[in-house]
Amino acid sequence: MYLLNRQQRHVVNYSWMIISLLFVAFLPFLLFLGLYLKSFLLIHDYSIMDLIFSKEWRPASGKFGFYPFIVGSVWVTILAMLISGPICLLTAIYVTQYTRKHFLRIMHPAIDILAGIPSVVYGLWGILVIVPFISKYLGPWLGVHTMGYSILAAAFVLAIMIIPFILNILIEIFKAIPVELKEAALSLGATPWQTIKHVLLRKALPGIIAAFGFGLARAFGETMAVLMVVGNVVRLPKSVFDPGYTLPALIANNYGEMLSIPKYDSALMFAALLLLVVSLFFNLVMHFFIVKYNKY
Amino acid sequence: MKLSQKIEEKFFKIMMIFSTYFILVVLTIIIYSIFEKGIKAMSWEILTQIPKGGYYYGKGGGILNAILGSLALAFGATILAFIIGLPVALYINVFLIRHKKLVDIIRFLLDLVWGIPSIVYGAFGFSLMIFFGLQTSLLAGILTVTLFILPIMIRSMDEILRTVPIGLQEAAYSLGSNKSETAFKIFVRQSVSGIITAVLLSFGRAIGDAASVLFTAGYTDNLPNSLLEPVATLPLSIFFQLSSPVPEVQNRAYASALVLTVIILLVSLFSRGLGKRYHKTKINF
Repeated sequence: MYLLNRQQRHVVNYSWMIISLLFVAFLPFLLFLGLYLKSFLLIHDYSIMDLIFSKEWRPASGKFGFYPFIVGSVWVTILAMLISGPICLLTAIYVTQYTRKHFLRIMHPAIDILAGIPSVVYGLWGILVIVPFISKYLGPWLGVHTMGYSILAAAFVLAIMIIPFILNILIEIFKAIPVELKEAALSLGATPWQTIKHVLLRKALPGIIAAFGFGLARAFGETMAVLMVVGNVVRLPKSVFDPGYTLPALIANNYGEMLSIPKYDSALMFAALLLLVVSLFFNLVMHFFIVKYNKY
Repeated sequence: MKLSQKIEEKFFKIMMIFSTYFILVVLTIIIYSIFEKGIKAMSWEILTQIPKGGYYYGKGGGILNAILGSLALAFGATILAFIIGLPVALYINVFLIRHKKLVDIIRFLLDLVWGIPSIVYGAFGFSLMIFFGLQTSLLAGILTVTLFILPIMIRSMDEILRTVPIGLQEAAYSLGSNKSETAFKIFVRQSVSGIITAVLLSFGRAIGDAASVLFTAGYTDNLPNSLLEPVATLPLSIFFQLSSPVPEVQNRAYASALVLTVIILLVSLFSRGLGKRYHKTKINF
């Protein structure tokens, strides 16, 4: 009934496993190498420092300054984290410490749905709800003239997008804290909030940092939703109500013309390389926080 | 308790309740606004026809090309990722069970790859395409998306497979089965529900991602009929239609977004249902 005998089947299965494993294990290096080779033309002609810190972006005349895009990305990411971080932390504490178990049964599907919504749909929602809200209500209320398509809009959409991601990790972290620690603090007369502040948060600190770091890396590389609401203007933003431009948006917007201008494709691959390095770096560092957390 | 302490206590409790309900309310608003706009714009024509001439100026037609294209792309990528991913997850949990250090390193590498933004995969896929002289095509799209969902699939299968008790493995060996038989016959059967969930999760990711197919799959108004031709995808059709200044075309973007959201909600519902159903084949310890 089988084409091969037992031993042969074992060999086939085994070699397929090994091939797949090697492929997957070398994937990050392959990605890095591929993008590095493609952007080599640019790195060879300009110094990396020049590329990162020069403000002029005029590909047609050979000027590749990534500074506006990097600043845009950093603004959007940090702002998104400032909105999302506290909300996630407070929610994670609330659902793990204050509510009954069945509340988590409502929260989990909600988090799953939030996590499953594609980024284009988030972008669409941003255009439908967030952009008009900023241009019609928030802007005039604060006395700023704004189109709505702005750093703030992108940050807000991004903040919502990374909530499920951060929240899931935080909930796992708070669930993993032994209940005895909490009981000991409470029995010594600490109030619930004091217990959380002085015991739980201190215990969970490396884990919380890791969760925020993973969220940060995720937010930094998010493309479509940001692209749709950030405004895409190559200029250093002066306030959060100004439009900006991010690194992923730069790649996504210009792939069509990248073969028509010399070195343009190299420049875009360099942007992708930057994203890759930032993402790998953050994940690497945060991994050590998680390891440290598990060792306690 | 001092008054300030009491206020602090109350303040943070209120903030916590506020942020929890904030998340739930935002989710409701998102779902509501997508459905409200989408249902208004939805019609039978949109679901069953491909774009006709002048579609992008508001003339007739639908997004059948994008729906079928997305499904083809996501199915292809999921199947390919499953073929590569399942053996890796099994290998880690059956063959390497005594090498904890090595397994940790592999898991760490997978987590690193998981964190890489999809646009980087898109750019990488694009540079590979140029290297091999390929054009934007369904095949290139499938390959790129496969790379993108591979770590997601492996890590979620791995999380399930690592819960298989060592006793089951030992029992299989003592009955004379070799390692790959133990892997494919015992481990797979024991974790069917988790594996299905992992596959469906990856499918959802594959169908919803736009940044990785932007460069590689291209876009066309025709139905997909060959692996080597460009193919339309739902996320990109939403994106392109939304950037049009014509209101009719924008409305169709809302309808497309509704289609995509419904597909993803169905996939997630499906995975919950199937997960429960196949729980019965599991041996309980």
